[in-house]
Amino acid sequence: MMIQLVFYVFAAVLIASSAMVIFAKNPVHSVLFLILGFFNAAGLFLLAGAEFLAMILVIVYVGAVAVLFLFVVMMLDIDFARMREGLQRYAPLGAAVGGVLFAELAMAAAHWASSPVMPEPITGGLGQPGGPMTNTAALGTLLYTHYILLFQACGLVLLVAMIGAITLTLREKPTGRRQVIGKQHERMRADTLEMLTLPLGFGIDANGGFLRPAKGYYDTAVPGSYGVPAAPEPPREEVRKVDGDAP
Amino acid sequence: MNWTLALPEIVLAVSGLVILAAGVLMRKDEAFLPSATLSVAAMIVSGFLVATSSSGVGYGDVFVVDAFARFIKLLVIAGGVASITLSIGYSDGKNALPFETPILMLFSTLGAMIMASSANLMTLFVGLELSSLSIYILCAIERDRVEAAEAGLKYFILGSLASGLLLYGASLAYGFAGTMEFAPIAVEINGAGALPVGLVIGVVFIVVGLAFKLSAVPFHMWTPDVYQGSPTPVTAFMAGAPKFAAFALILRVMMGPFGAMSPRWQLLIEAISALSMLFGALAAIPQRDIKRLMAYSSIGHMGYAMMGLAAATPVGTRGTLVYLTTYLVMNVGVFGVISAMRRRGREVTTIADLAGLGRTNPAMAMVMAICMFSMIGVPPLAGFFGKFMVFGAAWNAGLYGLVAVGALSAVIGAFYYLRVVKVVYFDASAAPFDKPAPSIAFVSAAMGLATVLFLLALGPVSEAAGAAAKALVG
Repeated sequence: MMIQLVFYVFAAVLIASSAMVIFAKNPVHSVLFLILGFFNAAGLFLLAGAEFLAMILVIVYVGAVAVLFLFVVMMLDIDFARMREGLQRYAPLGAAVGGVLFAELAMAAAHWASSPVMPEPITGGLGQPGGPMTNTAALGTLLYTHYILLFQACGLVLLVAMIGAITLTLREKPTGRRQVIGKQHERMRADTLEMLTLPLGFGIDANGGFLRPAKGYYDTAVPGSYGVPAAPEPPREEVRKVDGDAP
Repeated sequence: MNWTLALPEIVLAVSGLVILAAGVLMRKDEAFLPSATLSVAAMIVSGFLVATSSSGVGYGDVFVVDAFARFIKLLVIAGGVASITLSIGYSDGKNALPFETPILMLFSTLGAMIMASSANLMTLFVGLELSSLSIYILCAIERDRVEAAEAGLKYFILGSLASGLLLYGASLAYGFAGTMEFAPIAVEINGAGALPVGLVIGVVFIVVGLAFKLSAVPFHMWTPDVYQGSPTPVTAFMAGAPKFAAFALILRVMMGPFGAMSPRWQLLIEAISALSMLFGALAAIPQRDIKRLMAYSSIGHMGYAMMGLAAATPVGTRGTLVYLTTYLVMNVGVFGVISAMRRRGREVTTIADLAGLGRTNPAMAMVMAICMFSMIGVPPLAGFFGKFMVFGAAWNAGLYGLVAVGALSAVIGAFYYLRVVKVVYFDASAAPFDKPAPSIAFVSAAMGLATVLFLLALGPVSEAAGAAAKALVG
């Protein structure tokens, strides 16, 4: 009884938030409802005894995918109001196509039949307390032994996606400031940091403020670009504290 | 577990990773030539391993190597090697391509090889995605051109939709059979008697997803824009490797697990085939851009190749395989000439730019004319034998209507192929093109020669295709 109640709560919230993903005016709200939907789906998976899928859903979809969506929605200046302009015009057509597809799929589902000679699915003990394996162990065994070739091929698919993201977006800018690891390793603590005992009531400003490192430190960057002084400042006598890292 | 079955794929994958690492460490403007050369070498080694590999099923029944897989893999590798060689000549100065281009072609070829060897719906999908994803990137690789960005985006969005449909179809088939391996699915369909509507919908979705990759009508909308916007070597690649692999899949899936229900899908394939042939012939007539023309031509050729599948017989499958081989040869020849169409380093792609090529560059004009005649199907050039075999198979299977449509569209298609020949030889000369790069000249000359001398290779090719068809249909 309790489990049924929990199921209906999860399912109702899931359906409601999926609807809100589509109907919300503000795209940020849409993404937030999507996240709510993911959490409820994870809850349903937990009820079904698939704890691994539930955790993956939360980690991958909420943690990575939805946050990425949020970034895209917030950082890109997309005029969603303009994108919706054609909505009114195409809504009847879209609804008609959707309706026909839904009717067809409903018909297919109503006459659904599995193969009469289909082997029984293995259910014995998987995921049950006291069974031979937990869900996670069973999935791992299958992935890393039976499907090892596909697993590796999926890795290549991801690698290709990464190559694409880098090739299509990375631009070598002349003002770009690259990390020079050798320089970072050469730095000594004494070059960058000095401990002072300041009298009461006197702060950094009274002692010359923060200082940028001398110009030569950024010799890989173009002078005048952001963060690098255009002309070298005369070295101050009273160097108190140097903000050593690239800002 | 017999892991050596996938040795060609493993060698290719590891070489790809090594070349990628080497390219990243080299200076940007120097990395292209080494990475292209090494990719070609890796693919040739892999092709050698394919040719000498043994047959069998491995990796938990997801991966199969047989005569059919070997045939398709060799075709795919040949297409990949030719395209990378074209890209070496194409990439210079103003048209410089990043060093990732040959590596992405290598990974796309790898995906196509995995597709050719699939014995499981999941292998099919993973290979297809590896192959397609690389091509989405390749289309947009000249990212500062608006047309390239448009091509990449269009192909990506429509391709993702097609992948979604394919996946949905695969899940319906899985829902019916409870397994994703081809052999058990075939056993269950044979034993099922009446087939539920859900399975039929699943099969239709799988055909739709694959037909999209083949750019067969009515799933062809992306082809002209993508062909036009992509760099020419990439277009040459797209017209080769991924189409052969998609054909391999459609043959393997339709003749294998769903072979027993061939009366149910035969009409669908017939319709797609007839529409593709007619549309390819009619829509190519008003084109002014040679790359768009080739896009419509490829739509038509996919229709002809599908005729062999529509026959649903071993002879038909053999015809399709021979057709694909001839298509590879003449298609790469044409794209070699298109890659060489440059004036003062700038690429030009209209048909009018070819005017008078017969006087300014007789060798290039000869290759173009040979390939165009071969695409029409004039004997004794390569294209004739492909057409002859698929028409024969369709006739023997009793598909007289399809044969009539095919003959009609071949005649219509002859018009625009002949128009190119007329522009090349009989129009007033335009300014001459730049001297073609050696690699481009080599590829187009080799393919032109192969188109003429295909008659000599016909025996071995058709024998290998026959063995491949036998491995598939049994």
